[in-house]
Amino acid sequence: MWPKQAWKHVYEPQIRAAAGLGVSPTEDDTDHYSSRYAHCDVLVIGAGLAGLSAALAAAKTGARVIICDEQPEVGGALHYDKSVTIDGLDGFTWAQATAANLKQMKNVKVLPRTTAFGYYAQNFVGLNERVTEHLAKPDKKLPRERLWQVRAKRVIIATGAIERHMVFANNDRPGIMLASAARTFLNHFGVAVGKKIGVYTANDSAYEAAFDLKRAGVTIAAIVDSREKPGEGVLAEARSLGIEVLTGHGVVTTSGNLRVSSMSVARNGGGAARKIAIDALLMSAGWTPSVHMFSQSRGKVAYDNETQRFLPGTYAQDCLSVGACNGTNDLQATIEESLAAGELMAQASGYSASQKLELQGSNAFSWSGGMAGAAEGAGPDTTVKAFIDFQNDVCAKDIRLAVREGMHSIEHIKRFTTNGMATDQGKLSNIHGLAIAAETLGREIPKVGLTTFRAPYTPVTFGTLINHARGELFDPTRKTPTHALEEAQGAVFEDVGQWKRAWYYARAGEDMHQAVNRECKTVRDVAGMFDASTLGKIEVVGPDAAQFLNLIYTNSWDTLKPGRCRYGIMLREDGFVYDDGVVGRLAEDRFHVTTTTGGAARVMNHMEDYLQTEFPHLNVWLTSATEQWAVIAVQGPKAREIIAPLVEGIDLSNEAFPHMSVREGKICGVPTRLFRMSFTGELGFEVNVPADFGPAVWEAIRAQAEPLGACAYGTETMHVLRAEKGYIIVGQDTDGTVTPDDASLGWAVGKKKPDFVGIRGLRRPDLVADGRKQLVGLLTKDPKVVLEEGAQIVADPNQTLPMTMIGHVTSAYWSENCGRSIALALVAGGKARIGETLYVPMPDKTIAVEVSDMVFFDKEGGRLHV
Amino acid sequence: MLLIYCPYCEEERSELEFRQGGDAHIARPTNMTEMSDEDFEAFFFLRDNVKGLTFERWRHLNGCGRFFNAARDTVSDKFLTTYKAGLPRPDVSTLRPAASAPVETYEATESDAK
Repeated sequence: MWPKQAWKHVYEPQIRAAAGLGVSPTEDDTDHYSSRYAHCDVLVIGAGLAGLSAALAAAKTGARVIICDEQPEVGGALHYDKSVTIDGLDGFTWAQATAANLKQMKNVKVLPRTTAFGYYAQNFVGLNERVTEHLAKPDKKLPRERLWQVRAKRVIIATGAIERHMVFANNDRPGIMLASAARTFLNHFGVAVGKKIGVYTANDSAYEAAFDLKRAGVTIAAIVDSREKPGEGVLAEARSLGIEVLTGHGVVTTSGNLRVSSMSVARNGGGAARKIAIDALLMSAGWTPSVHMFSQSRGKVAYDNETQRFLPGTYAQDCLSVGACNGTNDLQATIEESLAAGELMAQASGYSASQKLELQGSNAFSWSGGMAGAAEGAGPDTTVKAFIDFQNDVCAKDIRLAVREGMHSIEHIKRFTTNGMATDQGKLSNIHGLAIAAETLGREIPKVGLTTFRAPYTPVTFGTLINHARGELFDPTRKTPTHALEEAQGAVFEDVGQWKRAWYYARAGEDMHQAVNRECKTVRDVAGMFDASTLGKIEVVGPDAAQFLNLIYTNSWDTLKPGRCRYGIMLREDGFVYDDGVVGRLAEDRFHVTTTTGGAARVMNHMEDYLQTEFPHLNVWLTSATEQWAVIAVQGPKAREIIAPLVEGIDLSNEAFPHMSVREGKICGVPTRLFRMSFTGELGFEVNVPADFGPAVWEAIRAQAEPLGACAYGTETMHVLRAEKGYIIVGQDTDGTVTPDDASLGWAVGKKKPDFVGIRGLRRPDLVADGRKQLVGLLTKDPKVVLEEGAQIVADPNQTLPMTMIGHVTSAYWSENCGRSIALALVAGGKARIGETLYVPMPDKTIAVEVSDMVFFDKEGGRLHV
Repeated sequence: MLLIYCPYCEEERSELEFRQGGDAHIARPTNMTEMSDEDFEAFFFLRDNVKGLTFERWRHLNGCGRFFNAARDTVSDKFLTTYKAGLPRPDVSTLRPAASAPVETYEATESDAK
């Protein structure tokens, strides 16, 4: 449609609005929801006659029973079928009495307003209980809805049947409704849906609606029955009530402005139409058994030719269908089948009945009949609107068109027409659509196939499904022992996985950039303290601990003496870097392993996997100790001076306690594992104390540090300082395709080792080939320009698009200590390019860079060893 | 959500407590450094993606923490048995459920419609 641009801004919005599509809200949901798990012996889905009978029989054995129903009150079809009596009580009254009886039993839970929406593996059923929505002033403490996740030993499905409408021209006028709806309005709510009512049916049940209305004083204009021979019982009753019955007739159209005002009736096969004035039209094409739950349980439905219904066929789980959803029509047969099922399922769960339950029911008529597809006289099939799917506006003619267009599978017809794809998921329309498709294709209904029933049975709110997992409870937040102190010192936090880490400590008037520059400078000139508690820590203990680490790391651990540390690299079997960290040997049989913050859990799992499944002969025990230790790094020229007054029993001199050592002793009177190590390139210590002592030790160190001019620093400064030294961060400078050699860490791979995880992967042809991407330093030609992390690198900025990209920037910072920008990058053949000029094309400019080595500050590393 | 029998805890626990760990009965070779590229490829990279009975590793991660093996049908998603790590493959002919129902799938209804 012209003009083209109008589609986006005029036509499409208009069409969407006309289609009644909702607008998703932008506000937070102010309601709250709850969730619980439940276990039972027998879960009964549906609390109509069948479900209540089954629950009663199961409950009497002492079995734990849960019975749920989507309606506010139990009763199902007993809401409207006033002709039913059970044990002398009117059906609906019996249902309420039975529910009250069940509620009193300790082993039974009765859940009205609760929809079983999904049937999953091993009798796991999801229920959605609407707790407060019906209340005018709900208790604020109660949830709006409650999600029940029920694991049942046995399930009884008693979900009844859903009435189908008749498919005829203009069947969508207001005032046209299902016969059972009109009957519920009358018998349950005391509302007559019209004064002069027509009925169009293909089965007996709609007659009873006409009888009830007639007895209530409503005029029944006529009962139009597409069958030649309705049930004898209902026909006789209609005659005695003086209701005109037109058998072998159809409603060919309706008229009316705001609601239906007439129906035109003609004999099947043609003939003149007779117009009958009405103000409501009840229709019923029969009843579709609700096999949704059965089908969701992966049971296979079978088509019953005689009654033209899909019924439960082969069961896949421990469940049973009873009553209308099982195709059982007769009232007494339903009762007996349900009682037997209740008893049987309780027995299967280990209970037995002391006495046989009996219930006597009676009703006015047994029903027969029913049809699927378009009624005769639905009119010419190209123009007439005989609706099948009222929600998605699918008419009989649309199904026929789909077949003409070449759709022969019901799955294709469904998607071509959108039949059954609205929120009711075809509860009304699927069987009609299928029958029309089958007729048009000239095939039998089961040969055309049935679309799969999927959860949810009816729509479930996102609130119920998300439940508590939103806001702060979406994901756990992990805080270090010294979090509150850092907050009080002005720390701004960043999220690192689930951890909150101090990012930088802003002082009055400082922005992040200024704070980080000050922190970087202070650490190198004086000293800084840093919360490193999030570092992963694993205690590796046992006579074979060193042997185990030999297999897990590329390094050799035999030569590491107790009291010393080593930087270790861990690979996957494919040869790529998996994690890194410093490992301290505390004793011959005890190692203190550290991992990256983000890698703690997966490294632990990786180690457990190998220990349990590949190296079970090794006598080693692994314990995660991440949260047991608070870790305070003290780094900088004055680090020793700061901690010295607090430490007892450890000689801190460079000779007695050199770089990469570990000692056990006391600090501030509490036990410590004191590491001499550095992720800054400065003289440094990492003070490990039991987590509970973290805050006190932090404050004691701070009291020593501040008078000397030292400060606390955050993760941003930590990142800059380590980059100045070319220390990599696994996961930032590596991406799962980087070998130790690519990262200039080849020295850490034990050349003489017979085996370690990744040893064979490292020798794969591609991992030893020339031209691999290698980690190098980048210096921008303009020292003021800081590169963007992730930016692509090219050799020739003037080449034609698309350019050949030879690498990318992995880390880039302003270095206050170097007085210029610095960067690390993965570049193809990078080590051979040192000194070369490369280019980083950005949207607005191209940045020239020179390839350098990875160390930008204190290249000799002398500052580590003072 | 499945119920999985942990052979170490000796009880059925919710699937939430477990992690699948890939194919079972693939032992890490002891002569790693002598393997040809083809042998390493077969050991490390190639997997069968079985339709039907498969043997796989599971870990009772949020429970006892132990790895164990399971025989599972990937079509019906049913566990035939679970057994301790290190034990040989069980004889599945005695385990296959007598009446295994075919599963309703999109493909199945598609083929019915031909």
